[in-house]
Amino acid sequence: MDVAVFVVSAAIILAGALGVVLSRNPVHSALMLVMTLFGVAVMFVAQEAHFLAAVQVIVYAGAVVILFLFVIMLLGVDKVENLRTDPLGGQRPGAAVVGAGAIGMAVLLAVRAAQITGAPSATAALDGDQANVNLLGRVVFTDYLFAFEATSALLVIAVVGAVVMSRRPAPGTDTEGDSSGTAGTGMSS
Amino acid sequence: MEVTSTWYLVLAALLFTIGSSGLLVRRNPLVMFMCVELMLNAVNLTFVTFSTALNDISGQVAVFFVLVVAAAEVVVGLGIIVAILRRQPGATADDVALMRG
Repeated sequence: MDVAVFVVSAAIILAGALGVVLSRNPVHSALMLVMTLFGVAVMFVAQEAHFLAAVQVIVYAGAVVILFLFVIMLLGVDKVENLRTDPLGGQRPGAAVVGAGAIGMAVLLAVRAAQITGAPSATAALDGDQANVNLLGRVVFTDYLFAFEATSALLVIAVVGAVVMSRRPAPGTDTEGDSSGTAGTGMSS
Repeated sequence: MEVTSTWYLVLAALLFTIGSSGLLVRRNPLVMFMCVELMLNAVNLTFVTFSTALNDISGQVAVFFVLVVAAAEVVVGLGIIVAILRRQPGATADDVALMRG
């Protein structure tokens, strides 16, 4: 049963990943990415990381990919990419060979040399009597509290940065948009 | 036949190399960004696998923070892409080779 779940979700993940890389239309790539993200969420559930599976679906598949689709539709880049032309000749076959070699190397490495070393249960035992969400919350808010607060600040900074960057320049200022991205206070000229 | 950690690690390695190959080959900036997301997902899967194998919650905590940082990264990265593509519609990775607009 576990093997069946693994094989099916692995097929979904790899099909989605190949679809992202090989699709000509960016919208198709985004939809294939959703497929991969769902497959990874299934893998999380199979390994008893229930909270992460839920957050993966909500945040990654439900917000990040939506943002991608918004940008694709806003900018109208959903026209099919011209995969025919290549700036350097012979790049396409070369990429296929190197890609196959890289995949083979990574798989060989993982199969032959996968040794899991490390102190077991260094932070908090996973199979204790606490549920997954309880344990995760307890550890995030005690042992990793500083990292948690830092990522909160990071999110605010990211939102402010995105608003500043994608704002159209005010009518009175230089339409080029200066590199510092200041508001139209007259300092840009 | 039992599903061991090695299976998950091999799958994550495959996903990572597919994502990195796509990042190097594709020129559309949005598809390149999606390949970065593939690589981040491969790393998340590795972290959760190790968390299960070592019976420790800190792998899942790492995934939690990777998710938050990836979301922030997507926000900023898409802002940059919107700013670039607004000035030069149809820009590819080849066109943005210089730091100066």
